[in-house]
Parts: sequence; C-alpha cells; structure tokens
Amino acid sequence: MIELEGLVRRYGEREALSDVSLSLAAGQTLVVFGGNGAGKTTLLRVLATLLRPHAGEVTVLDRRLPQDAWAVRGHVGLLGHEPLLYRELTARENLRFHARLHGVQEDRVEEVLAAVRLSDRADEPLKTLSRGMVQRAAVARATLHDPELLLLDEPWANLDPAARELVEPLIGASSGRTRVISSHDPSGGLSEADLVLGLRDGRPALLEKVADVDPGEITELYR
Amino acid sequence: MVATVGALLRKELLVELRTLESVPGMSLFAVTTFVVFHFALNQNSVSGDEAAGILWVTLLFAAMLGVNRLFVADQDQGGFDAFLLAPVDRSAMLLAKALALFAYLAVLELVAVPAFGLLLLAPPLGQTLPDLLLVLVLADVGIAAIGTLVAALAVQTRARDLLGPLLALPLLVPVVIGAARASSPLFVLAHPTGPQVRWLGTLALYDLVFGLISYAVFDFLLED
Repeated sequence: MIELEGLVRRYGEREALSDVSLSLAAGQTLVVFGGNGAGKTTLLRVLATLLRPHAGEVTVLDRRLPQDAWAVRGHVGLLGHEPLLYRELTARENLRFHARLHGVQEDRVEEVLAAVRLSDRADEPLKTLSRGMVQRAAVARATLHDPELLLLDEPWANLDPAARELVEPLIGASSGRTRVISSHDPSGGLSEADLVLGLRDGRPALLEKVADVDPGEITELYR
Repeated sequence: MVATVGALLRKELLVELRTLESVPGMSLFAVTTFVVFHFALNQNSVSGDEAAGILWVTLLFAAMLGVNRLFVADQDQGGFDAFLLAPVDRSAMLLAKALALFAYLAVLELVAVPAFGLLLLAPPLGQTLPDLLLVLVLADVGIAAIGTLVAALAVQTRARDLLGPLLALPLLVPVVIGAARASSPLFVLAHPTGPQVRWLGTLALYDLVFGLISYAVFDFLLED
C-alpha cells in the first residue's frame, strides 16, 4: 500500500524529511509522532501528492510518485489543520462542490452529513459554526469519496469525546481504511497504531511495530 | 471537464455573492475615477482618443482589483489543496477562474460604461453601443486570460498585492492599446464610425496567444 525508500523532501536548503523508509500494508495504521517542525505534515503532504519527493522512492497505493500522482488522487482522503472548506459556503454547498469534483452522487453528501450529525446545520455558512462542527464537516469532506487511504493530521483536534465517537466509523480503526495519522498524543496515538514512526528534525528516530514500542521513546521525541 | 468547470464556476460565483469582495470594489473604483477625471480635466465632456484612453485605463485598473482577489479564498482556505486532491483536469480551474473574471468584468462594465457616458463622454453612447460591446468582449477575454495566469502566479507569493499588478500591467498594455484604438472612432463627435477592424484583429490574436500560453503553463503554476 505504502512503500518509502530513502524519501527526502527539502524546503530550500533545509531538509524537512531525510532518508525516511518504511512499508505499510493495506488496512494498517501508521502513526507518526514528533515535535513541531519534525516533518509530520510534510510526510502527509508528500503521500497526498501535494508535495513532490526530492529524492528516494515513494509508492502509494501501488503507484510511484510523482510520476503516477494522477492515479493516486481521488483515492486519498486528507484531513489536515485546515478543513479545506470555504467559510462563506454552507457545509452542504461545500460538500456538493467536492462531490462534483470527485464524481460522487449527491445522495452521498446527505449520507456523510447525517453520519457526522450536521444535517440540521448544513445550510448555515461554515463561518457561523463552531470549530468542532467545522472539523466534523472536514471529516465528511475527507471521506465523501470513500478513499482507500486516509491521511489524518491530528484529526481529533477540536473534537469532544462524543464527536470523536461519532467520526470513528469514518476515520477510526473500524473504518477498515489504511491510515497515516500524525499525533501529539502518545496514548491516544498508540491505541490507533499498527506501526509507529517517530521523527526528529525530519529524520526517523523510531520505526517499530506498536507492540515493540516503549511509551518512553515517544516522550523522548518531544524533548 | 465541463462538469468540473461548472462546479468550480458555481462555487466561485457563490463565494463572490456571499462576500462581495471583488465586483462592488471594482465598480466603485471605476465610477470614482470617472468623477476624479471629470474634475481634474476641468471639462464636462471628452471625445475621441482622449475618451477612449480614459475609459480603458480606468477599466484596466479596476480590473486589477478583481485579478488580485481571484485566488485569495483558494489560497487562504485550502481550496487549492482540495482541488489538487481531486481526480480532475487542472485546466478546469483556469477556465473556471477566467470565466469568473470575465463575468466580474462584464458586471463592472455594466456600471462603468453608463457612468462614463453620463459623466465624461461627449457623443451619445446609444448608437455606438453594439460596436463598443464587441471591443469590450475582445478586451475582456484578454484581461481574463492574462489576469488569471498572473493571479495564479502572484497568489503564491507573500507580496501578492504588489506582484499581481507588476506582472499584469505590462502584459495588458497591448490590450489597452488595442481596445483604445479600436474604440476611439466610436467616440468622435462628428460622424462616428465603426471600430477599426485592424485593432479588433490585433485584440483577437492577442487573446488567442495568451489563451494558449495560459493553458500551456497553468498546470505548472499549481504544481509544487
């Protein structure tokens, strides 16, 4: 599903990701830990085809990047720090727009709105909704096209426990999707993971199956 | 492709209708400029080359306000990323944005041209309006093609408000020259004639060239 071999990504002279190698099978979850600026978001954006790798080999959904990026798009759901929704439009208008871009039937819009319990607020401009509601709308947007691979950048930020439970079937382990999650929460993150990657200054400082991870190693990444 | 362009254009117009960030500002700028010209020139009316120059320079600067705002919502609210994640032809965004800018220019001219006729123009506008419409359409196509290209480039820089006009104005000078020369015969006091075909042809050719250039390079502007 995902194969990385010596992935390098630079911003100017600075290497945001250096020599990252890993392998993730379909249906598994990779959780990425690391302090601010460690390269977590950059990794997710490379996997999403939004950033080009500068060196190394990157295979996502059995397609090589960046050459076959076109074939990966549409099969990936990205949930980042920004909801990727227009504030002036309503949740329903935003989702209908994304449905048209992804060639998804409009029935699916109502389905995901109901799944995140936004149907009754779906005709209000997004800018009038709370951050938690906007995050739920963003979850609906990221899963609207039923992607095989979910790239989740701190997905539970702004969600209360009830909302987290609500989005579980869409982006949680029970969704059955392959997931790459960036997290700052050691216990919460480990509970989701099959494989754990720890990044420090863009370099892999830890890559282990979750059963082999000592929580102290995660804490160490933030020191 | 048509469905994608339709979806993007619909979103674009909805956002503009909700925010009113571009068209009202463009229209107000144009009308205010005509008022300033009215007093600064100390003339009640202008005609010929002078009238054509005032009209087209004003429309050009008013258009720049729309060009500068064209991609701001997409850049600030993640619309670019959302679009790039979709399995669609990237040229659809160029086409949708150019059509949106063309629509903004049309609304601007619905306000600005009558205001120009009322505040400054000596000959009556009525008879020359169909010919002027042709010049406006040809010039708007050029402004939309070049404006969209430049806006996509400028919005990714920190100095987007400065870079947009700096890049667009030199590229749009031929459009202003062509439009002013083509419309000048429409504004003469005695025996106004039709627009000069030579300049209409020049405008159409410039539109075609920049339409093709925009189509060829737009994908690269969106790429990382």
